[in-house]
Amino acid sequence: MTRETLLMPTLIAASVLAILSACFLGSTALPADRLLAALFGGAEASDRLVVWQIRLPRAIAAYIVGAALGISGAALQGLLRNPLAEPGVLGVSASASLMATFALYYGIASITPWALPIAAIIGALTATALITIAALRTQSVVTLILIGVGLSSFAGAAMSLLMNLAPNPFSLSDMINWMLGSVANRSFDEITLAAPFILAGGAILFATRRGLSALTLGEEAAAGIGLNLRRQQIFTVVGAGLATGGAVALAGAIGFVGIVAPHIIRPFVGHDPARSLVPSALFSGLILVVADIFVRLMPTSAELKLGVVAALIGAPAFVWIAMQRRTGND
Amino acid sequence: MTDLVVENISVLARESVLVDDASFRLGCGEFVALLGPNGAGKTSLIRAGLGLQSASAGLSLLGGKPVDALSPTQRARQIAYLPQTRPLAWPNSVRDVVSLGRFSHGAPLGRLKGLDAEAVDRALQACGLLELAGRRTDTLSGGELARVHCARAFAAEAPLLIADEPIAALDPRQQFRILDLIRTYVDQGGGALVVLHDIQLAARYASRMVWMKDGRIEADGPPSETLTAERMRDIYGVAARVEGLNIHIDGAA
Repeated sequence: MTRETLLMPTLIAASVLAILSACFLGSTALPADRLLAALFGGAEASDRLVVWQIRLPRAIAAYIVGAALGISGAALQGLLRNPLAEPGVLGVSASASLMATFALYYGIASITPWALPIAAIIGALTATALITIAALRTQSVVTLILIGVGLSSFAGAAMSLLMNLAPNPFSLSDMINWMLGSVANRSFDEITLAAPFILAGGAILFATRRGLSALTLGEEAAAGIGLNLRRQQIFTVVGAGLATGGAVALAGAIGFVGIVAPHIIRPFVGHDPARSLVPSALFSGLILVVADIFVRLMPTSAELKLGVVAALIGAPAFVWIAMQRRTGND
Repeated sequence: MTDLVVENISVLARESVLVDDASFRLGCGEFVALLGPNGAGKTSLIRAGLGLQSASAGLSLLGGKPVDALSPTQRARQIAYLPQTRPLAWPNSVRDVVSLGRFSHGAPLGRLKGLDAEAVDRALQACGLLELAGRRTDTLSGGELARVHCARAFAAEAPLLIADEPIAALDPRQQFRILDLIRTYVDQGGGALVVLHDIQLAARYASRMVWMKDGRIEADGPPSETLTAERMRDIYGVAARVEGLNIHIDGAA
């Protein structure tokens, strides 16, 4: 029990620390006194600019994107009763970023700033709904993951098509950003556009988390103990779709964090999907902020994409978790 | 007193008839064995009776109200349902799984209080699981896991219980333990409907036997009246000799 009670305070403290470090570290390191002064309104204008316009929004963007993907991953894993479910693996992120690219390409995004997050969310919801419809028909997780692979490939192909047709190198590099995922140059304005969707999705997932515990028993027994199965499926799909769509609208497609974080959190919360939601959200936020610090500090000529780093860490973890699973356990 | 009354229920799936005009009643203080060969429609009848599957005709009343008019939680508080066991998705602790029995009472896992915690403790005690309460369910034997599922159903403290093949794949000792637990539940005022394939055990424990074949209920009555050699031939297609409540199956008829 002590492990469980210590979990949340530790995660919160580590998150605050990571976000502060993200403001502190960078191409020019700010000494602690100048950083604190800048955060609380003192200091020189240039310091304030670096902290408030560049580093803090970027760190917060990374954190909420991570949190959205983490809570969506944990909730989808509970719904599908499988540790390999995740917005990235199931093709939800790719579909969302396809729709976002589509909105950018056809200039829909320039009509209203809300068009981009809404397009991403429509992509995310479509993919999540397709997967859940498939989940209703089959108990086989392999099938679901294959459908995810199909959705990802389709979104990837459609994306390549858009890239082939790209009118100029600028839109091409824009599209690559969406595919690979990055939080570079994000401002508080962009965060404000995505945050309401992420918050709404997270709130829906949090409010309906008890049903995920019930699903541990399997769908039939969960219905038997009084779970409204259809309602649970709809809420989890909509919640995960909103949160993932919001995250993609802010940072593009970043995969695998939604698998790694819940996997590490689960033993601390008695393997209960409901109790894993919030710690998983905080932990994946933390992971992305740290990964983004790493991205910024790497002495590469062109900055690495956050999504690439996340996949470099996350994809091997995915393979490892998949190999740990005993056969016949799906 | 709560009872489940199923009246003339039929269940259709695509073209085929799974349950055909079936009626039965389950009241408190009864141990009813539901018998029949594979594919007789036992599970479909149960699911339709619980309102988990829509019936094409007929009515199921729980405590006098149609089941489909009750919310899932209202239904779950009156009737506990133990479906054929499926593997658990996560290696939760025994106590957490049993706590899920309190789901319809709104209790969150890991933070049970008052009545919910007491009900879970009683169920763990009744099923001899107190020592195993902290164990992970993926470390349990089949018999222990079956008791965990039973305890989960008892923790709901619902007046009625439906169990679908609760003793499938268990060794004889574990079979007796599970059926003893259900009998104790019935002796304490509960009503249980149990799907069984072991006719001998069913005859020993049940106060009533409901015999199904091809979606129809062929007979419903105490073992002393309904357990006959002819019935064994009609329902299961086996040649059997029946002496009182003892039965010897000689082979396929």
